[in-house]
Amino acid sequence: MSLWLTLAVNSIALGGLLFLLSAGFSLIFGLMRIPNLMHGSFFMLGAYFGVSFLAFGINFWLAALASGAAMAVIGGLIERFLLRRLEGQILPQVLLTLGFAFIIADICLMVWTGDPWQPTTPTHLQGAVQVAGLFFPIFRLVIVGVAVVIAIALWLMVDWTRLGAMIRAGVDDAPIARVVGIKVSQLFTLIFALGAALAAFAGVIGAPYLSVYPGLDFEMLPLALIVVILGGSGSLLGALVGSFLIGFLYNFGQAMFPDLAYVILFLPMLLVLVLRPQGLFGKVVS
Amino acid sequence: MSWINSRRVAIGVALVLLATLPVWIGNPYYINVSSQILLFAVFALALNVLVGYGGLVSLGHAGLFAMAGYTGALMLDAGHGHFVAILAALVVTLATSAVFGVLALRSTGIGFLMITLALGQIVWGIAYRWAGLTNGDNGVNVTTRPAPLGISLASADYFYYATLVVFLIAVATMAVFVRSPFGAALRGTRDQARRMNALGYNVWLIRFLAFLFSGFWSGVAGLLFIYYNQFISPQVSALTTSAEALLMVISGGTATLLGPIIGSALVVIMKNVVSAYIERWNLVLGVIFVLIISFMPEGLVPGSVRLWRTGWQALWSRLSAPAARKTGEQGP
Amino acid sequence: MTALAVNALCKSFEGLRVTANVNLSVQPGERRLIIGPNGAGKTTLFNLITGEIAPDSGSITLFDRDITRVPSSHRAHFGMARTYQIITLFAHDTILRNVTLALLGLSPLRWNPLIDLDQQHDLVVRAHEALVRVGLDHIAERPLSQTSYGERRRVEIAMALAQNPKVLLLDEPFAGLSIDERRDVQELLRAIPRAVTIVMIEHNMDVALDFAERITLLHFGEVIMEGTRAEVVADPRTKEVYLGH
Repeated sequence: MSLWLTLAVNSIALGGLLFLLSAGFSLIFGLMRIPNLMHGSFFMLGAYFGVSFLAFGINFWLAALASGAAMAVIGGLIERFLLRRLEGQILPQVLLTLGFAFIIADICLMVWTGDPWQPTTPTHLQGAVQVAGLFFPIFRLVIVGVAVVIAIALWLMVDWTRLGAMIRAGVDDAPIARVVGIKVSQLFTLIFALGAALAAFAGVIGAPYLSVYPGLDFEMLPLALIVVILGGSGSLLGALVGSFLIGFLYNFGQAMFPDLAYVILFLPMLLVLVLRPQGLFGKVVS
Repeated sequence: MSWINSRRVAIGVALVLLATLPVWIGNPYYINVSSQILLFAVFALALNVLVGYGGLVSLGHAGLFAMAGYTGALMLDAGHGHFVAILAALVVTLATSAVFGVLALRSTGIGFLMITLALGQIVWGIAYRWAGLTNGDNGVNVTTRPAPLGISLASADYFYYATLVVFLIAVATMAVFVRSPFGAALRGTRDQARRMNALGYNVWLIRFLAFLFSGFWSGVAGLLFIYYNQFISPQVSALTTSAEALLMVISGGTATLLGPIIGSALVVIMKNVVSAYIERWNLVLGVIFVLIISFMPEGLVPGSVRLWRTGWQALWSRLSAPAARKTGEQGP
Repeated sequence: MTALAVNALCKSFEGLRVTANVNLSVQPGERRLIIGPNGAGKTTLFNLITGEIAPDSGSITLFDRDITRVPSSHRAHFGMARTYQIITLFAHDTILRNVTLALLGLSPLRWNPLIDLDQQHDLVVRAHEALVRVGLDHIAERPLSQTSYGERRRVEIAMALAQNPKVLLLDEPFAGLSIDERRDVQELLRAIPRAVTIVMIEHNMDVALDFAERITLLHFGEVIMEGTRAEVVADPRTKEVYLGH
């Protein structure tokens, strides 16, 4: 009983992290029509930044925010000065992000070595709370809480603000959005920076739980990919549902079929591809 | 006509150089590097069928390459002969290609790329995590090389010649394919899929068959790899391998026969040279990617031709009268 | 027997009805003109007929054979060919290769990966014949990228004619042409034998009027009226829908 409960809590926590990772990925993909193949790298590099900030004794949340801010600048610069030059050439853009993924991976290996880093959970978040006779690890719950808050904030932003309206217009039809006077290029930079920041933030708050190690980037990237294929590109709701689905599959798969846990993750994606190629919450593009 | 003749002379010279390579290169290390170039050229040519002629960019071909390699290695490990192992590897790779093709061809363009990437990761997941089957991170050893017609391929020289034969068959097959009606139809689906459909072509089936063709030769390359390396580990199925193959195709120039071969030589030599000095291959790979895509997106071969032409024209216009300069600058 | 019939055809895109209960019946050998203002659903109707998009309801028959569920690529083999309003050609290839691809589409040779396409003399000869018909044979080997817009319009027609269709669908074949070029295309269309049934979409009524025997007027996806050239031109509804054109 308590094993299943632990698995469920872990699943929700991983789902929350995946949402932070894939929300940005989904918005970037929906808006710019490029799968950002360095999104996993943002997650990993962000986590390493966080590790270093923590080593300087900086507060955990401050470290996460600082890492997110740093990554926003890096992502924004890459978009503004490199991706922008290739505007309209989708394939070269994708390959550029792939090239950067390799560069970032090797730089991380150089700076932070090949050994895994696992920062300790902040002291005030250690331990467990007891609810109805069951113990819940506080930190996992905090991750979920933060993810939910950010999900609501993103949802409010996309659905209720002027910026959100511009994003939605851009996702639906970028050329038309441009014609009606929306500065799509600036929007691209903004969303790219936001996506990078969210990924890095997720990397830091996930670090005490997942730890940080070389190869984390290309482990997280396919997960974001699966979530977006599952949920449909540009859909926050799709990213949310997809993230929690993958969170559960990963943890329960790991417990029940450890050899095939990673492969099981892809099964719903394959099913969706066959039955509903636009994703669960995606729009049909004619 | 002189163009055709010079082309034939070039091919003849290349063939003679390739056939005599072990003699004039001498050092077994360099002969092995040459074998590597040839086997990865087969892989790049296979990927080019989709990327260059089909306009379908796959980032999952390492999965097919590794599928052949692992099947072959595991069959040999289980005590089967080379013939059975090779046959099984090719059949399994074709079957995997069929599954990949059916799923990935639900989409084209970026969707195709994402799906193939995910499918490739599944193969990686099996290779890395399903230790009961694949021996996980420890990999699988291939203890012997086959001996076709009783000739042992244990030495670098003979293995090079075996690889050369397979490579030449692959190139010849591709050359015929490219000029064939089916090749023309595949290029048609790349350029105007909608029109091709209206003209009576089954676009999906053309792409699917091209996927199988590409998968088959990826499998052949995967088999050459395990016989060359005599070992396979999950690293072979990683995204890096797919990216390297794609870099070979793109750097050399897509939709040409020579491009992927040059690209393979470039990447393999670079990898060997870089690895000899620093352990920073991924960094170099990434930087080359970014540089080529930013400055020579059409690939090294066509890109060099373009630079050569513009350079030649600039020179020509400078040597001629000022009136001729204008036409030189207008250029193609 | 009708050459092409469309029965109660409907199509909506996200709630917007672009084809509303359209009926069309074209006799063998007929020259039919479909007119209507921008956004009347003319090209959508063609896309439904050729199967590039699937209808929500209704049926399409070609020589009394129901082709509603027949895949787009099969319809070419049943004798249906079309041109595009927006030039849809193979830009990297020569004019000759463009037309050869059209011929190859109906030939079983298209699956052959072993022979040399350039050595298929039968296809090449027939491609040249199609180019003679549209007056482009003298520049057959020219890459498409070096041709004029008017020449490309004629390549579009040559590709359709090369397939020797029974029903030919022309989507604004005069779009963007100069007066001289229009005259050439008009002549070219007139020379097409009666064995070929022609349905033509034209936004600009004047250029195609001589050609049309019967005219269908489309507006907001609906057939407003259909009749002989004289009837439709004289009808006040035509002016109402079409004023200024």
